[in-house]
Amino acid sequence: MKKKLVFALLALFCLAGVAQAQETLKLLTWKGYAPQNLVDKFEKETGIKVEVTYSNNEEMIAKLRATRGAGFDLAQPSQDRIASVQEQFGIYQPIDYTKIQSDLFIPSMLEAVKKNTQVGGKSYAVPFCWGTSGLVVNTAQAGGTTSWKALIDPQYKGRISYRLKRPVLIGLGFALGYDPFALYGDEKAYGEMLDKIEAELIKAKPLVKNYWANGDQLLESVRSGEVTVAEGWDNGGWKLHEENKDIDFVAPSEGALGWIDTFAIPAKAKNVDAAYKWINFMLRPENSGAFTSAEKIPTASKGAGPFIDPAFQANFDRSFPQAVIDNIKWYPPVPAKLEAMEGKVLDRIKAAN
Amino acid sequence: MNRSGLFWLFLTPVLLWLFLLIVLPHVDLFILSFRTDEGWSLENYANFFTEPIYWLTFVRTAVYSIITTLLTLVVSLPVAFYITKLSRPRVRGFLMILLLLPFWVSELVRVYGWMILLRESGVLNYLFLQLGLLERPVEMLYNDATMIMGLVYTSMLFMVVPLVSVMESLDDSLVEAAYDLGASKICIWRTIIIPHCKPGITSGAIVVFMLVLGNYLTPNLMGGKNSLWFTEQIYNQFIASFNWNQGAAFGFLLLALSSCIVWVGLKLTGQKLGEVAS
Repeated sequence: MKKKLVFALLALFCLAGVAQAQETLKLLTWKGYAPQNLVDKFEKETGIKVEVTYSNNEEMIAKLRATRGAGFDLAQPSQDRIASVQEQFGIYQPIDYTKIQSDLFIPSMLEAVKKNTQVGGKSYAVPFCWGTSGLVVNTAQAGGTTSWKALIDPQYKGRISYRLKRPVLIGLGFALGYDPFALYGDEKAYGEMLDKIEAELIKAKPLVKNYWANGDQLLESVRSGEVTVAEGWDNGGWKLHEENKDIDFVAPSEGALGWIDTFAIPAKAKNVDAAYKWINFMLRPENSGAFTSAEKIPTASKGAGPFIDPAFQANFDRSFPQAVIDNIKWYPPVPAKLEAMEGKVLDRIKAAN
Repeated sequence: MNRSGLFWLFLTPVLLWLFLLIVLPHVDLFILSFRTDEGWSLENYANFFTEPIYWLTFVRTAVYSIITTLLTLVVSLPVAFYITKLSRPRVRGFLMILLLLPFWVSELVRVYGWMILLRESGVLNYLFLQLGLLERPVEMLYNDATMIMGLVYTSMLFMVVPLVSVMESLDDSLVEAAYDLGASKICIWRTIIIPHCKPGITSGAIVVFMLVLGNYLTPNLMGGKNSLWFTEQIYNQFIASFNWNQGAAFGFLLLALSSCIVWVGLKLTGQKLGEVAS
């Protein structure tokens, strides 16, 4: 009896060992960036199990910093948040571009990301997808709104919402006639601009309905009609447009703010091979197309066009004629000092009455 | 193996747990809080006192936490009294379960529940409009009163439970005798029930105060645009500004200052922590 028990236990341990031995890919990413059907397809194709953790830029950096770059095999930060973070904390490892199928990418985007994530002669990321921040507007109540200034316009009293984070500061900077990105190198001038923006936002605070904290909260506020003018992402505006034709994404006349989300490999990643496999898998035209159709986020994949749902293309063409695309203000890599300054400004706005 | 050997064998995991997972990280944070990019300094602590927004946020948080604690006490006393003294024994268990029930779902879900009820396009506004009590929907969320209500709601249980346990030991005949001698209701509450409940009130108040002070979700979601809570300040330092040193300093300041407030509270009411804990 006893022998049998020991044997059974041993067998159990062996099984557990086998289960442990299955390869896994630990992915740290944004909600929606790893759709279940693509995860299943990848697992079937490679036998590698994918474990997904959802996060955002700030938390991704905090998580990786806490472990000095361990615990995940692949992360997806925005391209402007990589270089300074890498310089300070060294949480990523350089990308081996020979392992990337570079013909899958839109060449200009790959080059731009390579350039923007360069630290000490090495680049740390490849692009995955892109999008813009702008205005989500209910045109029935706030037709003709085309400027970031709508967020401080008394006309929309009690119907305004934005996320109290970087984009609203940058957007308002452009609206007030500054070029925040040109001031990145000049701390003093940037500080003066922030003071001006702070004063405007505090003055206009009574007009604000709420500061949204996550995408769902924004969608719900606009959907219910409580908010008519909001700062938001283009894909959010397009999702709402499907339900209510009055609501749409509007690229501000000062230029929508363009971001590129990337793939970057943490410094102590365990399964680097799987990470490269996932990157090449996700950029394959049919997979990228499926992702874009589902999430309404354009990708950096070159040949995805034929695989993208025509409805998405319609959204894109409506919001982004060529002139608007040319006017997109792309985030350059942000210096660490400025982020601390912005943090204080945001705190003061939130605390003001 | 002798008895003390066994004792240590079983104690070791607990000690390891305490030391490795609780003490060590705190020591690490404590060291962090005295460092800046340039080296050792007290700057992180000085920032708290020199930058008005930081200490004003703390004062705001502390004042609201005290108000919430007092309101929770006022709401919980009658509830606890009803459960222990007025309800029949069989109903008592049921009432306690009713109190516990909301805590079986997470705080996030409860807060979202309140938001669905109170928002401008929410359930309450719809009802009032249908009944003709309101002409146009009113925004009931995103103000301090709603936030405090939410905080009282989420922390009530932690006041009621200690109150129930002390009230159970209150001898009914004391209250009856007071009635016979012609004491008013207010007099009975003031001179018999509340003094008897003092240990329960104190421990409940400490727990509620600490929970409210350290709450993050409720002020953030229900308080809306004016509700900068001190915990959010800490989160911002760690996550948004990447300034772990400052965040750690704020964490220890929160610990020290809230302990001070509790200590002052105990002194003012003439209590000793040892008596409350027993």
